Amino acid sequence: MDPKNLEIRVEKKKSFNVYKIREDFPILQRKVWDKPLIYFDNAATTQKPKQVIKTIESFYKNLNSNIHRGVHYLSQASTTEYECARKIVKVFINAKYEEEIIFTRGATEAINLVAHSYGSVNLRPGDEVLITFMEHHSNIVPWQIICERTGAKLKVVPIDDNGEIIIDEFEKLLSDRTKIVSVVHVSNSLGTVNPIEYIISRSHEVGAVVLIDGAQSIQHIPIDVQKLDCDFFAFSGHKIYAPTGIGVLYGKRSLLEAMPPYQGGGDMILSVSFEKTIYNELPHKFEAGTPNIEGAIGLGSAIRYVQNIGLDVIYKYEKQLLDYATEQISQIPDVEIIGKARNKASLISFVVNNVHPHDIGTLLDRDGIAIRTGHHCTEPVMRRFGVPATSRASFAFYNTFEEIDVLVKSLKKIIEKFK
Amino acid sequence: MDEIDALYEEVILDHNKNPRNFGVLEEATHKAVGHNPLCGDHIEIYLNVQNGVVKDVKFKGVGCAISKASASIMTTVLKGKTLAEIQSLFDEFHRTLTSKVDEPVNTEKLGKLAVFAGVRNFPVRVKCATLAWHTLIDALGNKKSD
Ligand SMILES: Cc1ncc(COP(=O)(O)O)c(C=O)c1O
Repeated sequence: MDPKNLEIRVEKKKSFNVYKIREDFPILQRKVWDKPLIYFDNAATTQKPKQVIKTIESFYKNLNSNIHRGVHYLSQASTTEYECARKIVKVFINAKYEEEIIFTRGATEAINLVAHSYGSVNLRPGDEVLITFMEHHSNIVPWQIICERTGAKLKVVPIDDNGEIIIDEFEKLLSDRTKIVSVVHVSNSLGTVNPIEYIISRSHEVGAVVLIDGAQSIQHIPIDVQKLDCDFFAFSGHKIYAPTGIGVLYGKRSLLEAMPPYQGGGDMILSVSFEKTIYNELPHKFEAGTPNIEGAIGLGSAIRYVQNIGLDVIYKYEKQLLDYATEQISQIPDVEIIGKARNKASLISFVVNNVHPHDIGTLLDRDGIAIRTGHHCTEPVMRRFGVPATSRASFAFYNTFEEIDVLVKSLKKIIEKFK
Repeated sequence: MDEIDALYEEVILDHNKNPRNFGVLEEATHKAVGHNPLCGDHIEIYLNVQNGVVKDVKFKGVGCAISKASASIMTTVLKGKTLAEIQSLFDEFHRTLTSKVDEPVNTEKLGKLAVFAGVRNFPVRVKCATLAWHTLIDALGNKKSD
């Protein structure tokens, strides 16, 4: 790597020491195929720091018990921890009220919750739901299902060759028929950061509610749901250094209060009789059944970990990684980067002339490098760019410039092999 | 030879770069389309079968090196074979790819196809190597309708 980039790194070290950070992630110490693991599949899921692993271990060793309703010590203690995690999330995204934080299985369940609960009572034949061409399947299919059920129409805002939303087309598609706008904040296959502030305010002007799919932004960009004024915000814990199986739906209290329950069961009721069941209040109305207690507590711990480093510090460092990787990868002959938005976050999708992404993935793996290949659950994006699949390297703050150098070297070797 | 070099054998890289019998067979009697939605692979197989014997075969499509090379090499071994011979060859091919790494390979029966034995070390890539064959078997069950 050239000295210029080294300088950036040295400057950065004042506030942020990546090598120190890496010691927090036990898995980063392991080898794969006898090579040091280089984990560039962070957009699929992130690795967990030992602080999170310890929190979960300690929960099972000291506190394990079902939450709510229990009068015994452990049940009260685990309820306190679970509800404390909700407070941590509330502060992290700056929600106004704690009960606006609903724990779900992940971003997918959060989006389904809104589609089914809000959608089923607010969509009528002729109404429209607006999404974009770059949505993850989890922000397409739930809307297709609810549109089919209610007679509403799904409209899709196109994207341009750089992978940016075409704002003029968004304006054209937006109308008083638009009832719900559901947009990804950061695209998982292109890296595009969408202008959600603008989309939210324009959508509100026509009276639509807005859901932001924050699955790929929560770990990279500071989020303030009050400032954004979004109506719903969805994300998954496992993409922000927490366990799988836990996620969050943020919703404005007034909207959540008016929405019917999504699932029925224990915890979401105040009283049940065969004649009439009274639903519990927020947030419990939307948390039927025993939740993922260790997951919520692990999420709380992961957010604390991120807060300790500072998401603004993380953002700056990851931006440098992205810029460096973009510069290095785009210099390799025969490589084309898919997704050249002006504002991108932490991942690079690319294709190589005459080398299929699967072959790249298999060969990089043998050099210890984990990337993802395929359509990344965004088939419409693949079709839009005329490729069957891409290779995607996605970065986290524990990645280093040296790792990017290894990736570039390995890529060059692969391209040579296929010549 | 290490596992990765065995997977990407010279022969395989060559067939990937210069696929044989690539294109559409105008006088096809049978055809089929195969997909691997996970990797976006897509293949079309065209066959000309006369009296139960394959006279000619071509393929078209996009895919990884393993799937393309497998299709290409497959087309070079089919001509003159009966449907029963093809089925038996595929059975042996499939058995080999899903067998344990240290099991012997029946190179006599597999002929050129033995080059794919290296795929055994990469279970996720078995689908890539068999896509063309599954599509072929499909085609042999289908008369060309258009
Ligand atoms: C943009 C985006 N939205 C939604 C999801 C779904 O997240 P999960 O599978 O954790 O529910 C993902 C996961 O890949 C994603 O990248």
